[in-house]
Amino acid sequence: MIKVKSFGRGGVHPSGYKKLANSKSIKRLVYSGNYIVPMSQHLGAPAQCLVSVGDEIKEYQLIGEAAGFISANVHSPVTGKVVGLRQISLPNGAVSNAVEIEPDKDFIDNMSSQQNDNSDFNLDEMPSEILIEKIKAAGIVGMGGATFPANVKLSVPKGKNCTDLIINGVECEPFLCADHRLMLEKGDQIFKGIEILKKILNPDNISIGIENNKKDAIANFININAEKGVGCNIQPLKVKYPQGDEKQLIKAIMGKELPSGALPIDLGAVVLNVSTVHAIYDLFYNGKALVERVVTVTGDAIANPSNFLVRVGVPYSFLIEQAGGFVDEVKKIVSGGPMMGFAVLDTSVPITKGSGGILCLSKSIVRDKHTTNCLSCGRCLNACPMGLSPAMLYKLIDSGKYGPAMKMGLMDCKECGCCSYVCPAAIPLVQGFKLGKRMGRK
Amino acid sequence: MEKKSSESLEKYPVIEVSPHLKATSTTFTIMWAVSISLIPAALWGVISFGWYSLVVLLASIISAVAAEGLVNWGTKRLTIHDGSAFLTGLLIGFNMPPEIPIYIPVIGSFFAILVVKAAFGGLGSNWMNPALAGRVFVFFSFNQMGGSCWKKPRFLPEMVDSISSATPLSVVKSQGAECGINSFEFLKQMGYSHSAFDAKLTDFFNSSFGLTLPNGYFDAFVGNIPGCIGEVSALLLILGGIFLLAKKIITWHIPVAYIVSFLLFSWIFGGLQTGSGYFSGDAFFHLFTGGVILAAFYMATDMATSPVYPKGLIIYGVLLGFFTFFIRVFGSFPEGASLAILFMNMFVPMINKLTKSKPFGYVKTKKEAK
Ligand code: SF4
Ligand code: SF4
Repeated sequence: MIKVKSFGRGGVHPSGYKKLANSKSIKRLVYSGNYIVPMSQHLGAPAQCLVSVGDEIKEYQLIGEAAGFISANVHSPVTGKVVGLRQISLPNGAVSNAVEIEPDKDFIDNMSSQQNDNSDFNLDEMPSEILIEKIKAAGIVGMGGATFPANVKLSVPKGKNCTDLIINGVECEPFLCADHRLMLEKGDQIFKGIEILKKILNPDNISIGIENNKKDAIANFININAEKGVGCNIQPLKVKYPQGDEKQLIKAIMGKELPSGALPIDLGAVVLNVSTVHAIYDLFYNGKALVERVVTVTGDAIANPSNFLVRVGVPYSFLIEQAGGFVDEVKKIVSGGPMMGFAVLDTSVPITKGSGGILCLSKSIVRDKHTTNCLSCGRCLNACPMGLSPAMLYKLIDSGKYGPAMKMGLMDCKECGCCSYVCPAAIPLVQGFKLGKRMGRK
Repeated sequence: MEKKSSESLEKYPVIEVSPHLKATSTTFTIMWAVSISLIPAALWGVISFGWYSLVVLLASIISAVAAEGLVNWGTKRLTIHDGSAFLTGLLIGFNMPPEIPIYIPVIGSFFAILVVKAAFGGLGSNWMNPALAGRVFVFFSFNQMGGSCWKKPRFLPEMVDSISSATPLSVVKSQGAECGINSFEFLKQMGYSHSAFDAKLTDFFNSSFGLTLPNGYFDAFVGNIPGCIGEVSALLLILGGIFLLAKKIITWHIPVAYIVSFLLFSWIFGGLQTGSGYFSGDAFFHLFTGGVILAAFYMATDMATSPVYPKGLIIYGVLLGFFTFFIRVFGSFPEGASLAILFMNMFVPMINKLTKSKPFGYVKTKKEAK
């Protein structure tokens, strides 16, 4: 029996709610309305817009160019005409330029029958620099939520060596199951993607971390792995949040703590999400730039929880409608997972490269908690996976002492939400830390 | 898109920062769950010692809540309903002898809430356990806490007067020194009675396991002994503690470390007091006849005044076991738990500092630097 690993200190066990949608196969959605494509769908500088109103553009055409090292290209999800350029606010509160595209009618009609399997792709003939170059050109970013440009992760700096390639199939956020479905339905493709990464990085070990609540995905991967002889280590992990975080996953799999401020590659690790690996497959075998992803639409207030394969730029409202709309009074709509996602007010916001889920929660899940004094109960300290003292940090920030808070490790806080989750006094700890970081940087 | 329609604002009114899921326990559920888990022991106290003890409990609670109300009125912040004042009052009542004059617990409650809790900034900011501070304050201020306030429980047969008005612990402490025998054996010789229930169980255990237990353990375990209103029934308090453990309101560290360490110290050194040498202490007598069980599950686990890390909790529990035993056997007071906890409260910040591990990602860099 394979040893089940986990990341040691801290962490919480929120209810999973995965059953709502984890048995629903991925369904392609075709949207015929206008697509709103933000220039900022990734971590780093927003892309430079290359089109203007009235331009006729093609599917996969470059419409936004990466502006700097940490930035990413943006491509058009459809063939059609640019009908507007404007600013929109994204769920995370950022304001971004966006291109509004009216899709071509013929294109939409043929979209569902599209099939392009570029079988003449030959991995052996491609040098790894070209592979990285293409991944960069296709605007591929980490799709697990952090949206860090993938080519930056794959370009191992001189003098460093990638020993461990870690594929992140953890999906530790409750509710979400887009990655789970992808691992079940597109396992073959993901392994083809892994072969590409193997060529680029030439790692000593390849591990795929999957939490134990996805036993079927683990079994599927073990089968494919044996069949193809890729030599991956399929690593089952105990269910614990936030195991999908890069630092916690490295700790769980390699047993090493990433030093504060260091990058995974300093330990020889490169971590990529399964859906990112799938996007890399799609690029080389199907010639697709990153313009679509799987999104889980779920929650107790939605009629028909589903997993959709959908293009970037489609508004949330369309996905909610396709999932049968609301059955219950919605208290909160969340973009992303419930632990780190953002509450949204406006469902006309578009899907972006990083949108893993849309949650529609009723008041039976979003409980009102009454804030009281801190009880000094220590629950937050024991829940913090980073070993910080959330109660102390919050007290410092609350009294405006940002400097001392930074010294106590405020910047190591990754806003995972474990502390707020457990706090019986309902103190808005994460909110305080977000504020504190902003103030502290000044 | 950039303008948010007022309709959608109304429809999804909650825009909060993550996380959007929260664990179920809140300050309110914690305080009330602890209070509820004490009800069986409270009922037992009232049944056993009569209606007057109910009056004592109610007086303690009402005065604690009233004191909290007074504080709320002064600070213009409503905290009366969070249940913590209720719990403090209840615990003060639990620590009172059944025949105590009413004004004593009232003063204790007011002292606990006004001086110990509110003056340090309210719930969670006090470094000393308010209920215990209240108890110890009245204990030192009014010497009535001992003497004539004890009462023979309902289910214990009549016995000599001088003995029925004292707790087993104080009898053994004041008169049992150097007798060289087991505490219950000694009590029996002093004329202490036991119930038919105890006799039956003791016989049963002695005959089926080949033991030679004296009578009294089972009475002490279920709470059929003189003592403070809420302290006497080890059985019901342990059940309440198990409920709290199951609800994840307290963790096992303090109760287990405290009780185990107390039993070990009593066993190893407890015999010295009665002149029977090392490893002969009557550990279970000490465990069941004082306030150790109540202290271990309910007093020492008070969140604000106990350490925060698991390692610290164990150190705290072990030291509490030691000091409770030490004060009880070698000090001049029969009851050691309250003083031991108040004493250890002072060291909580130090324990926290010692048991704090380096934040994630710092352990390595330090080692590498070496
Ligand atoms: S949000 Fe920050 S402080 Fe809170 S548990 Fe996560 S890392 Fe720790
Ligand atoms: S969990 Fe909340 S109440 Fe408990 S110590 Fe942390 S901040 Fe205070």
